[in-house]
Amino acid sequence: MARGRIRARLRRSHLYTFSCLRPSAAEEGPHSIEGPGYSRIVHCNQPLMHNKKPFKYRSNYISTTKYNFVTFLPKALYEQFHRVANLYFLGTAIISVTPLSPFSAVSMIAPLAFVVGLSMAKEALEDWRRFMQDMKVNTRKVKVHKEDGIFGNKTWQKVQVGDVVKVEKDQFFPADLLLLSSSYEDGICYVETMNLDGETNLKVKRALEVTLSLDEDEAFKNFTGTITCEDPNPSLYTFVGNFEYDRQVYALDPSQILLRDSKLRNTTFVYGIAIFAGHDSKVMQNATKSPSKRSRIERKMDYIIYVLFSLLLMISLISSIGFAVKTKFYMPDWWYLQPQHTDDYYNPEKPVLSGVSHLVTALVLYGYLIPISLYVSIEVVKVLQASFINQDIQMYDEETGNPAQARTSNLNEELGQVDTILSDKTGTLTCNQMDFLKCSIAGTAYGVCSSEVELAAAQQMAIDLEDQDAERSTGSRQKGKQQEIELETVVTSRDEKDHKSPIKGFSFEDSRIMKGNWLREPNADVIMLFFRILAICHTAIPELNEETGSYTYEAESPDEGAFLVAAREFGFEFFKRTQSGVFVRERYSVAGQPIDREFKILNMLEFTSKRKRMTVIVRDEDGQILLLCKGADSIIFDRLSKNGRLYEEDTNKHLNEYGEAGLRTLALAYRKLEESEYSAWNNEFQKAKTSIGADRETLLENVAEMMERDLILIGATAVEDKLQKGVPQCIDKLAQAGLKIWVLTGDKMETAINIGYACSLLRQGMKQICITANSSDAKEVVKENILMQITNASQMIKLENDPHAAFALIIDGKTLAYALEDDMKQQFLGLAVDCASVICCRVSPKQKALVTRLVKEGTGKTTLAIGDGANDVGMIQEADIGVGISGVEGMQAVMASDFSVAQFRFLERLLVVHGHWCYKRIAQMVCYFFYKNIAFGLTLFYFEAFTGFSGQSVYDDWYMLLFNVVLTSLPVISLGVFEQDVSSEVCLQFPALYQQGPRNLFFDWYRILGWMGNGLYSSLIIFFLNIIIFYDQAFRSGGQTADMAALGTTMFTCIIWALNCQIALTMSHFTWIQHLFIWGSIGTWYLFLFVYGMLSPTISGNAYQILVEALAPAPIYWSATLLVTVACNLPYMAHICFQRCFHPMDHHIIQEIKYYKKDVEDQRMWSRERSKARQKTKIGFTARVDAKIRQLRGKLQRKHTSLEMHSPVTPS
Amino acid sequence: MTDTDRVRHRDTKTAFYLFTQQKLPACKPVLTPAWVITIFLFTGFIFIPLGLVTLRASRSVIEIVERYDTECVPEPFRIDKVSYIQDDSIPKNCSLFLKVHKYMKAPIYIYYQLDNYYQNHRRYVKSRSDQQLLNGQKYQATSSCQPVEFNNARPIVPCGLIAWSLFNDTFTFIRERAELKVNRKNIAWKSDRDHKFGKNVYPSNFQNGTLIGGGKLNPRIPLSDQEDLIVWMRTSALPSFRKLYGRIEEDLDADDVVLVQLMNNYNTYSFGGKKKLVLSTSSWLGGKNDFFGLACVFVGSSSLILAIVFMLLHLKFQR
Repeated sequence: MARGRIRARLRRSHLYTFSCLRPSAAEEGPHSIEGPGYSRIVHCNQPLMHNKKPFKYRSNYISTTKYNFVTFLPKALYEQFHRVANLYFLGTAIISVTPLSPFSAVSMIAPLAFVVGLSMAKEALEDWRRFMQDMKVNTRKVKVHKEDGIFGNKTWQKVQVGDVVKVEKDQFFPADLLLLSSSYEDGICYVETMNLDGETNLKVKRALEVTLSLDEDEAFKNFTGTITCEDPNPSLYTFVGNFEYDRQVYALDPSQILLRDSKLRNTTFVYGIAIFAGHDSKVMQNATKSPSKRSRIERKMDYIIYVLFSLLLMISLISSIGFAVKTKFYMPDWWYLQPQHTDDYYNPEKPVLSGVSHLVTALVLYGYLIPISLYVSIEVVKVLQASFINQDIQMYDEETGNPAQARTSNLNEELGQVDTILSDKTGTLTCNQMDFLKCSIAGTAYGVCSSEVELAAAQQMAIDLEDQDAERSTGSRQKGKQQEIELETVVTSRDEKDHKSPIKGFSFEDSRIMKGNWLREPNADVIMLFFRILAICHTAIPELNEETGSYTYEAESPDEGAFLVAAREFGFEFFKRTQSGVFVRERYSVAGQPIDREFKILNMLEFTSKRKRMTVIVRDEDGQILLLCKGADSIIFDRLSKNGRLYEEDTNKHLNEYGEAGLRTLALAYRKLEESEYSAWNNEFQKAKTSIGADRETLLENVAEMMERDLILIGATAVEDKLQKGVPQCIDKLAQAGLKIWVLTGDKMETAINIGYACSLLRQGMKQICITANSSDAKEVVKENILMQITNASQMIKLENDPHAAFALIIDGKTLAYALEDDMKQQFLGLAVDCASVICCRVSPKQKALVTRLVKEGTGKTTLAIGDGANDVGMIQEADIGVGISGVEGMQAVMASDFSVAQFRFLERLLVVHGHWCYKRIAQMVCYFFYKNIAFGLTLFYFEAFTGFSGQSVYDDWYMLLFNVVLTSLPVISLGVFEQDVSSEVCLQFPALYQQGPRNLFFDWYRILGWMGNGLYSSLIIFFLNIIIFYDQAFRSGGQTADMAALGTTMFTCIIWALNCQIALTMSHFTWIQHLFIWGSIGTWYLFLFVYGMLSPTISGNAYQILVEALAPAPIYWSATLLVTVACNLPYMAHICFQRCFHPMDHHIIQEIKYYKKDVEDQRMWSRERSKARQKTKIGFTARVDAKIRQLRGKLQRKHTSLEMHSPVTPS
Repeated sequence: MTDTDRVRHRDTKTAFYLFTQQKLPACKPVLTPAWVITIFLFTGFIFIPLGLVTLRASRSVIEIVERYDTECVPEPFRIDKVSYIQDDSIPKNCSLFLKVHKYMKAPIYIYYQLDNYYQNHRRYVKSRSDQQLLNGQKYQATSSCQPVEFNNARPIVPCGLIAWSLFNDTFTFIRERAELKVNRKNIAWKSDRDHKFGKNVYPSNFQNGTLIGGGKLNPRIPLSDQEDLIVWMRTSALPSFRKLYGRIEEDLDADDVVLVQLMNNYNTYSFGGKKKLVLSTSSWLGGKNDFFGLACVFVGSSSLILAIVFMLLHLKFQR
């Protein structure tokens, strides 16, 4: 606490010129708040007032669950019977208790109850998880004013509107608060809003002047006040309200509002009043109900179900018409049915009634066409698939202990069909941790460590070279080129052995300037100035770490922190900030003794995204006034003086190199000021500062501009925005898998572009299309301008001849707002789709969602959004698949997501391995299901034609019941759970295999209809072969003829065999589980038949001892089974053989290579296949390396031709 | 793979670990050309001999089929066969001559064959009570037997349409004036006789109503011995079916003429069904069944053709 007090003496607002512009109360009166939309009145520190109407507002309890105890049953049931198929099965279950049913009631109700019960249990479990998550948030503790100036802990859910809340450092705000005071004397506090908008820079909030005195617990003893403000709304950046205190009314604006789910940083504590609680808070208002998502396959499955329904309806109609006709015209003659004694159902007098009632029966009877167990099986399979995803050790993050998690299992197969990935940047691609890596001082580059990008590129290049060596082992003609590349490799991969320095934020290594060696460098004075700028030009506060005795820094941005750490390591330790000065301890000085130096801060012109630079004006101990400036290179270079451009060329070269290496760069410059010059300027500056009016800001900027010129460049810094582990490699693999990657970030354009380079989404030689808007123009003009830029760019892409040319689209949020309008979005999308990579910067959460929707709806392809913060929730929910990064503080993204992974790099395995597998598994499984049910269901229909359409089934009820539940379910589940076309290693080696999913090769109508055709064929074969073989002749040497039970059982045996052999042909991966399930199912059938035959004949009826006595001793029973099974599968077998040998698909080839162990024996072929598989990639390292190689090859070509031209032509 | 990974891998190379990581050892058969050709050839070589053997067995079966429904109605009644068959006062006996073409070895099975007779109609199939067949009148809940459940408020045993419509044509066979011995025992499944039809259940109140269906049963013989009924109660799958009537346990020589004296009682005329008498020997496979053999040969040869086509294609477009 002591530290807080000391620091509280600082009036930090003095540091700022721009961001703490405060309109004084006199300037602007209170807002005139009247009318609808501004009805909220908050009685501060009087929460009791809010216990009853009209001031009873929503409590701070939040609930994101779908159901509660009361609504669960009706709501969940409604959801379940929302599915057409389930509704149909409900209908059949109801019919089954009437005499119309061809089957017993149990056999219809039990499966339905099972299916619905299982799905509902799943829903309940998922909702329970949501509930637990809510409870975790609701029970967080916060200090709330109780009475008489005493604060006590309360859970979040108990916090009421009007409560005075004390939030301490690094805590989240429990509700939307009005800031009253902070540990700083001038009432400012720092807020991290990453969860709201994804921005990493801290925001400064500032309390009203009048409430500053309320900075102690006791001060709230008698505090009261009234806030009148707007009603709850989702706008994060606006707030309108008045605060009445001491009979005075003050206007409130967003800079006093602390939003729920943002976090207090760099400030010991703040006091605030809860204005909006719970679901009224802005962040909750922004939350949308998470939509229930369904995968593409499932949606298509609905269409198939409709097709089957029509088929069902058709054959039922045929059947009922047939029945009506038979009943009317023939049945009167069938005396053995006693037609004169019938009920309505068989009444020849009323054939229409009979027909209609038979339609109902037929709909139930042929219900086997609609696979009821399909839904259960799919649920089961998906849950198992999800548990494989959860348990995958290779997606387990050891650092955070978080495994990957499939939070909804509905979308497993959708993972295999992703076309576009929309990724957040901060926290997803990067760790939001900056490392000082390199610098360029006085035209000399320092820093030998390689950035991750360089390292990875070098590795990739080395691998590629090996491949190519293998490929062209014969040719020596390209030796020269090879050497050139090798050289490159050596240069870049020199530091592969580099050991990470233990200092956070500092990975610099160069003995020339470390440990005071800079003193011996030629430009020591420039180097010193460089370090001083690092140590002085910032807004951070030092904090002594008592344990280690060193200083840590609380900086506004991680870049700044990295600079300070760097300065410290170089021997320029910033250790104290006072109201007017900065103290730096210089360890290595010319004198050799550490010296504490004080620099008096005269002015500070801090960083804003518009200015893109920061300047301090200091007076050093010698009385010399210095202007120190750091900023974006383009900005600085524009403001250099004539004699300050000494190092420009070299620095610029270095800056380009750094940019290419994926580093964030800033240029540093200074200027010496004369006393008179400064005081003249300062007068003007002060005048501007105190001026009143709307143009104050512009005025200030102009004045600042006057000073920031004639600078002298001294160097540049390169900071690595640390990418998360494995991100470039992952992006490379994803790019090879044919996925498009869009980066949507709230950060600045420069940062975004740097990250683009770092992840190889951008590279040198890629044509960058920057679409920008000039905001000062009128809306129409701006729109027209943007449209023109878009059309021009599209034109350019169309006219591009080079097949390797790649384009990158970079657009910022403001422009995007126009581009996303209805009349322009199609053009924009068209352009974006043509570009290899798309980067959108400064986008709001809403825009993220809009872009996602545009891609999803505009291209009709599957989108995946990945992000970590609450600002990504919109896009995560909007995308077909939302992936959250777990292991960071806020859980909002994970809560809204369908899958969560601990790090971005796991996305590769999630998509390329699990997605690919799940897609193929589900696709094959669904196809097989339809095949199986058609093959079975149609035999029932054919048989009808032979029974006068009376609705008699040839199979025993029990066979039918077991068919879907036991006899054919496990093999198909094992197909859905365990099938692997190729192993996970191969999936990762050949990312191109993934394209089978987005191209939907396994679930297109061609394939579905093919399977249905196969089902039709099998049903015909099974039925008619059996009928002809068994219809009148004896099937035993004892002369017995086959009755219905014998024929039905034989037919059923054939079905079991044929279907299970079919699935065995479909599979390509047999573990003991598959073998057990497939052959076990067949065995189970015989076992069942045996046991069923053993039961009392009153239960088994005509199936009594049918296997033992009648069928098993008959050779024709066994040989007919063999014949029918082979006849059913022969065409499919021929089909797959021909396909595999003459039109093989990618995975066929790989399977074959693996089978022949070619990958071990014939490395060359293997690597050729691999490089072939990634030909079309335009982004990622591989593409980068390829481009580089092409470039070198081109150079070489030119060199060769020039050599040839110059060399004397020797006659041959 | 890093070292720690390797260590973990070694530690947990249990079956369960392999299972959760989807790395269980698996066989991954690949349909290489060699395999494909082998499989097709193999299939061909299985099915062609199988087809030939079964075809031979089928050809060894001698069968005589004689349709008698029209011939057994005397000329004057042929205009209105239904009233002939329904008129109890007209004697129904009839004679047929069957000529044996080839030597038939005993046992020669006697079948009756009905056409266009929907024994598989749902109303018909359901109209029985297995409980009653086993337990007799002790079992009361015979509602499934409707509409043949009660007569004069007394339960019918055996109840239901199937039993009520029992086939009742009878045949006797005479060769050279000597009656051929026809064994009518053991024509039903043994399990049916022993366990499905009660040993102490006697027909009662059967065919006593105003509406007489088919045959009557001797009320002094228990159901388990009423083999005609047991055979009849095994409803056929298709509207055209044969049922076993008995066995001739003497060989018939070629050119033997068998005189069949039959009682043409059963009404198939009202729905235009045919009645046939069949005498047939049997092989190990059962009755005459050329189709099965032909189907086997067809499948086998298609498979061989596929193998050859495949081989040729493979040679031509070798990868």
